[in-house]
Amino acid sequence: LKLLIRFILIQNRAGKTRLAKWYMQFDDDEKQKLIEEVHAVVTVRDAKHTNFVEFRNFKIIYRRYAGLYFCICVDVTDNNLAYLEGIHNFVEVLNEYFHNVCELDLVFNFYKVYTVVDEMFLAGEIRETSQTKVLKQLLMLQSLE
Amino acid sequence: MPAVSKGDGMRGLAVFISDIRNCKSKEAEIKRINKELANIRSKFKGDKALDGYSKKKYVCKLLFIFLLGHDIDFGHMEAVNLLSSNKYTEKQIGYLFISVLVNSNSELIRLINNAIKNDLSSRNPTFMCLALHCIANVGSREMAEAFAGEIPRILVAGDTMDSVKQSAALCLLRLYKTSPDLVMMGEWTSRVVHLLNDQHMGVVTAAISLITCLSQKNPDEFKTCVSLAVSRLSRIVSSASTDLQDYTYYFVPAPWLSCKLLRLLQCYPPPEDGAVKGRLVECLETILNKAQEPPKSKKVQHSNAKNAILFEAISLIIHYDSEPNLLVRACNQLGQFLQHRETNLRYLALESMCTLASSEFSHEAVKTHIETVINALKTERDVSVRQRAADLLYAMCDRSNAKQIVAEMLSYLETADYSIREEMVLKVAILAEKYAVDYSWYVDTILNLIRIAGDYVSEEVWYRVIQIVINRDDVQGYAAKTVFEALQAPACHENMVKVGGYILGEFGNLIAGDPRSSPLVQFNLLHSKFHLCSVPTRALLLSAYIKFINLFPETKATIQEVLRCDSQIRNSDVELQQRAVEYLKLSSIASTDVLATVLEEMPPFPERESSILAKLKKKKGPGAVSVTELEDNKREGGELNGASERGPEMAAVAASNASTPSPSADLLGIRSAAPIGGALTSAGSLLVDVFSEAAPTASSAAVNDDGFLSAAPSSEDPAAPLSDADELLNKFVCKNNGVLFENQLLQIGIKSEYRQNLGRMYLFYGNKTSVQFASFSTTVSCPGELQGHILDISTKPVEPLVEGGAQIQQVLNIECLTDFCDAPLLNIKFRYGGALQNLTLKLPVTINKFFQPTEMTSHDFFQRWKQLSQPQQEAQKIFKANNSMDTEVLKAKLLGLGTALLENIDPNPENYVCAGVIQTKSQQIGCLLRLEPNAQAQMYRLTLRCSKDSVSKRLCDLLAEQF
Repeated sequence: LKLLIRFILIQNRAGKTRLAKWYMQFDDDEKQKLIEEVHAVVTVRDAKHTNFVEFRNFKIIYRRYAGLYFCICVDVTDNNLAYLEGIHNFVEVLNEYFHNVCELDLVFNFYKVYTVVDEMFLAGEIRETSQTKVLKQLLMLQSLE
Repeated sequence: MPAVSKGDGMRGLAVFISDIRNCKSKEAEIKRINKELANIRSKFKGDKALDGYSKKKYVCKLLFIFLLGHDIDFGHMEAVNLLSSNKYTEKQIGYLFISVLVNSNSELIRLINNAIKNDLSSRNPTFMCLALHCIANVGSREMAEAFAGEIPRILVAGDTMDSVKQSAALCLLRLYKTSPDLVMMGEWTSRVVHLLNDQHMGVVTAAISLITCLSQKNPDEFKTCVSLAVSRLSRIVSSASTDLQDYTYYFVPAPWLSCKLLRLLQCYPPPEDGAVKGRLVECLETILNKAQEPPKSKKVQHSNAKNAILFEAISLIIHYDSEPNLLVRACNQLGQFLQHRETNLRYLALESMCTLASSEFSHEAVKTHIETVINALKTERDVSVRQRAADLLYAMCDRSNAKQIVAEMLSYLETADYSIREEMVLKVAILAEKYAVDYSWYVDTILNLIRIAGDYVSEEVWYRVIQIVINRDDVQGYAAKTVFEALQAPACHENMVKVGGYILGEFGNLIAGDPRSSPLVQFNLLHSKFHLCSVPTRALLLSAYIKFINLFPETKATIQEVLRCDSQIRNSDVELQQRAVEYLKLSSIASTDVLATVLEEMPPFPERESSILAKLKKKKGPGAVSVTELEDNKREGGELNGASERGPEMAAVAASNASTPSPSADLLGIRSAAPIGGALTSAGSLLVDVFSEAAPTASSAAVNDDGFLSAAPSSEDPAAPLSDADELLNKFVCKNNGVLFENQLLQIGIKSEYRQNLGRMYLFYGNKTSVQFASFSTTVSCPGELQGHILDISTKPVEPLVEGGAQIQQVLNIECLTDFCDAPLLNIKFRYGGALQNLTLKLPVTINKFFQPTEMTSHDFFQRWKQLSQPQQEAQKIFKANNSMDTEVLKAKLLGLGTALLENIDPNPENYVCAGVIQTKSQQIGCLLRLEPNAQAQMYRLTLRCSKDSVSKRLCDLLAEQF
């Protein structure tokens, strides 16, 4: 049985990982390899290229925001544009949540980013797509600090 | 709106992260980390109990250190302790640590599961979600054992909060994927399916993923989801862009949910319920319509979301493959995207069109975009887009455009990226063989392939070109000449040397008359490559040399000299040495006659059948393949069947001689080719090593090998007995005589005549071998509805023995009782050299054979045309010309059809009109035909009107293949 999303990665141009969320069992060495490979395939692409790259037996849907690459690895038969906008929806939520999000926000609040991810993607599937609903929930959780 | 400042909540953590970021070197970073680890360890070991906040902070620091890539070997217990905290933030860090650093330490697992259990029963939705997310993230077997029973209950309970339901659905999905045996849906199935009706769109979004996964495994139990999904989809698609508020994304209502619904429907065939189906088709049409509307926003997010739905809808349309109208509309839409300025859309359109090309309903529509696709192959900057363009060209290729496509692929190969060369080579080789109508083109193509991308040409490809050259005497001279020229290149690929050595060794004599390619020139050319080649190629060349001695006695001395030299006769490679020694000896002691026998030209290779047929036969036992099953493959039909080109002359011979058939008259032109049995013994030994897997075996039809092309669906070999069954039928629609079938063993000719509803068909079975066919028997059967009451066919049994070289005749008497579509089947069985041969053919008895021509005036014609104006009485097709549009050829075909060709009827002199009456025993069916050629577009429009609906359709189908 196939899982839809295999992993979500946020990397900067230098290859530093800002978020790695795995939806499949990989051992630590394998994870490191995947991170490096993804970095190698997406950073050589420019604006004239598609936002999709074949990757091993999967494909990577990615979008670049300033110096950050947001990458989702899915099955080759999955809907490219739905995941491409899934990334953007996620980025818009981060932007609202962190008030003009920047790379440093993801570094210092890494444990909160995981919460945002779990609200929107769970078990390799899209869980919630409404920005209003997600932000309301995050605000509620914030108040519990 | 919520906002968080940098690192609020845990100052110590923020300071630590800053310190790490300020480290100037890896060493400094490690030093800082070690200092921190020591500090945390001492805190955890200290006497003073830590408060929750400190524990959370230290666990979080450990997590950060782990994420930097350092090992963490302590702190797990403290993290587990956090799980039982009452504070959300502490619990959250505890769960995060567990999720990221999963550890199957059994003692901890029990503690973790205990904490999860408490949270699940806490009735606090926030805690429940944290617990569910942890299970979903870890998804271990232990967790499945502990919670697989509990989670479905949470999912369907009436008082569960929406957000908890969302998490529970996906948590269950994760457990089902890791441990399907532990998740029992039985009693919950119906309530889970009804989550599709939930008011909360987020719940539907999550639940549908679970339902899709479960449906794939248990489609029957979940099939009620189809109608629910359709009505949900319908409500979304027909809503205004603002109706769904929170779930509207850049003016597109619920794009992700729509995609998921469309994907769920792809687990099922089209809905059986007419109303549901109608509603769904309406949705799909609406989605296609929306693609044509002006965008509600210029933002790319708007168009992406809209197109995400569109592509998913197109996937569903292709999955159903039953709505021609939607398929063609989908194709037109994708056609627009092919020229879109967004690379993403061009890429996706190419990808999606590839699947459309394989549907019979949209294949033609896809083909109209060929120029754009070729252009994409040449100009796209992104290699993945070019790859898609190449895939699409391959998918849209058929006999009408094969030459163009193969040429474009070859020229692309010159610059193609290394990553895709091998695949491209195979594609070109497959297409060249599948659609070769003339063999010089095929030979040119494969030699070009070797020249351009020799390293990527696998053995199978060059084996194949040799097999075909050996089997086709009309191309041998051309092949010899072409390969000779190709070898002139100073650096040519070793594969070219192999092909060259083999072909010149066999057919070098065909070009030896030209002084520029005299025997010695040929030999010197080959030998100039010898020393640069690997051992297997050298072995092949040595065999070519000995063949030269037989072909050209004048080269004997030179070649013997070469064989005699130490580098050959004392070669350290055993194989080369043995060949040199044996060939030298052979050439010295054998008489010319013996040499000629031993080194005779290779006998034809047995033709191999297509992989599809082989597969079908395997499934059903030999000979049991019914021809109707093959109808589905008709578009794939190969063109290598040489017999089809030989038709007309043969027919003429048959007609003139048929009255006095005798074996010696050889009236159907059975070739006196070298008998296979004899060739086997004489020539098989020398060069067969090259083809060891394809060495001549006795029978043709029974050969079933897994060689080249068997991986490629729909490949076709010359004269494969059944594959071209429909081609056969089509070939005889407009004529009555010709060669019905031919392989290495057997040739079958037919001659037939029809009057009113009666027909007589003469079948001539010719044994092409020198060996007797034993137990020869034929059976004519009428499949399905034809039986007994539609066609009546009588015949006498044939003689059970057919001597080598002999021909026997059989007469069939046919009576047409009523109109029909299927053709009767002819099954032939016989033993050749002990092996049972079994083949089934369609007999070319088609409804038009019972036409009586009717002459009429223009006035009468149009009056009757109008009388036959009910929609079902008319059948129409618009199709591309497959053959010459020459007037005389067309006229001959229309006359051959059996109707009267009426002059001066149609106001447009370019058009053809015909009239006739089909005579069956039960009724007469009047038929009118109009054929409108468009020479510029190379298209035809064919319209038929008949007094019986089924006849219009059948005639239209038959005739559309003729022009």
